[in-house]
Amino acid sequence: MNSNLEIPKPPPLLSHKGWTVCWLALLVIGGLVPAMNLLAPVDSWWHLSDYAVALIAKIMCYAMAALALDLIWGYTGILSLGHGLFFALGGYVMGMYLMRQIGRDGNYKSDLPDFMVFLDWKTLPWHWTFSDSFVATLILIVLVPAGVAWVFGFFAFRSRIKGVYFSIITQALTFAAMLLFFRNETGFGGNNGFTDFKRILGMPLATPGMRMALFVLTGLTLLGFYLMARWLMRSKFGRVLQAIRDAETRVMFSGYNPLPYKLTIWTLSAVMCGVAGALYVPQVGIINPSEMSTAASIEMVVWAAVGGRASLIGPIVGAFLVNGAKSWLTVVAPEFWLYFLGALFIGVTLFLPTGVVGLLKRLRGEGRS
Amino acid sequence: MSVVTSEADVHLDHGRILYLEDVSVSFDGFKAINKLSLDIAPGELRCIIGPNGAGKTTMMDIITGKTRPDSGTVFFGSTIDLLRYREAEIAQLGIGRKFQKPTVFENLTVFENLELALKTHKGVWPSVFFKLNSEQTDRLAEVLHTIHLADQLTRQAGNLSHGQKQWLEIGMLLVQEPKLLLLDEPVAGMTDEETARTAELFLSLKGQHSLMVVEHDMGFVKTISDIVTVLCDGAVLAQGTLDQVQADERVIEVYLGR
Repeated sequence: MNSNLEIPKPPPLLSHKGWTVCWLALLVIGGLVPAMNLLAPVDSWWHLSDYAVALIAKIMCYAMAALALDLIWGYTGILSLGHGLFFALGGYVMGMYLMRQIGRDGNYKSDLPDFMVFLDWKTLPWHWTFSDSFVATLILIVLVPAGVAWVFGFFAFRSRIKGVYFSIITQALTFAAMLLFFRNETGFGGNNGFTDFKRILGMPLATPGMRMALFVLTGLTLLGFYLMARWLMRSKFGRVLQAIRDAETRVMFSGYNPLPYKLTIWTLSAVMCGVAGALYVPQVGIINPSEMSTAASIEMVVWAAVGGRASLIGPIVGAFLVNGAKSWLTVVAPEFWLYFLGALFIGVTLFLPTGVVGLLKRLRGEGRS
Repeated sequence: MSVVTSEADVHLDHGRILYLEDVSVSFDGFKAINKLSLDIAPGELRCIIGPNGAGKTTMMDIITGKTRPDSGTVFFGSTIDLLRYREAEIAQLGIGRKFQKPTVFENLTVFENLELALKTHKGVWPSVFFKLNSEQTDRLAEVLHTIHLADQLTRQAGNLSHGQKQWLEIGMLLVQEPKLLLLDEPVAGMTDEETARTAELFLSLKGQHSLMVVEHDMGFVKTISDIVTVLCDGAVLAQGTLDQVQADERVIEVYLGR
């Protein structure tokens, strides 16, 4: 029966070219950038400034968030307008640890973080219990976003909330969390959030070596997330997600319960976003409730859309393009940035549904034929 | 070959694979199904005809768990109460359904469509690590030949013709290895040749599978049917061979208008 049938082989994890690009990225992250920043003389043409390194690191964190969003939006067809929440949760967990690392070096020379002294608190609130332990912090960076996402996702998906209704609820959830974090009583530093970090693992944060270590760690995490996402999306699991996006009833009548599939990718996406937030905070030096604002979550959607959703490299490209444009434009013409962002989103939605990456693929495909 | 754990045996000791009794459902006061009773024997190919709004699709919705009836009983075999299960579980129990509008995964290839539908463990973890074994590959190859898409397997399903999409969806049912197939207008939009091939396929499935076919194409119904059930206003109006029901006064009346 099988004689005259060529069963298509599953595609490799990465093409030859893909692996080359991966190794190159590794070389740039782990070799070129550190060398250009630390070894090159400051006045030489190949010196990379601290500002540039910090900017790239920040954008790599954004790229992780965009990649995470793409798994749930581009592949599964569920648009989240609340991924800023998961980013912030990871960031706040890391921020609490960094606040504790300040020790007695704060303005009030107290054991407690400055904002607690200011509020006249005498002891740490219960939810700061694990903030002294780095290991516990690492675990919580995963568990807190995962827990929130799982509980929310379970009820939303079980009630079969879909489409725009789901998007609106995610936005409401993020907004509610923002209001909660704004309040001084909740113990998250109110509208100032956490800042003035001094140390991580007992070592000073503001040294060139530590900055570079965090940069390399961020780059490796992004690369790792990309490969993991790639591996997952080429499995049958990834194809079931796309099938849920395209024809969910057919998926159900093929014997799949969509709930655990949606819940798994939703939770994984939240965790990736949380990790991105946790890497972001020590490098940017601040976390406050504005990360949970409506605009922050929508910007993530714009990154993914501009780069091209339902391709994994797209959101990464999009994060770099949009944020590159942002850091340039907010210097040149700061009052136009939000108009530009809005116009970009409308333009991409209308004329480039597959984003920049989709456009490049199409141009290359046409060039060949 | 893995055995799906949730699958219960379908007991056929009463000689019925599907049994509906006094099923009613109404939407906003409109009785879509009105005390419907109907049963299908194992291996039977039953055609269902009826004017628009007779409740044919709603009946399939009830059998497959998409719609909950207000009252009545629906049994698969003599022991499985279908009203206790949800869509995915009913599919795993062995009921496959083809929709009126062909529904395939447009962004996946023909091969990937069939691979997804293939009978196997359908949980998250098995899907992450899923690999086709040779037995499953043979099964896919066999079905690909049956549905005449063996030379199209790397094509995106969205690019297939309407008739080919219908065939692909039928193929997706076959690899699910259902005991009962519910087919809603399977030859709509097909060419005469495709229709003839479909008739041939259904006749070959009869016996090992039970089939319930809703169709408006009377030529097609004539070719494949033993017993035809006429639905009207959510209940059975007449039942018999096609010639018998076509001669029935009440049937003529609902089709030609009062």
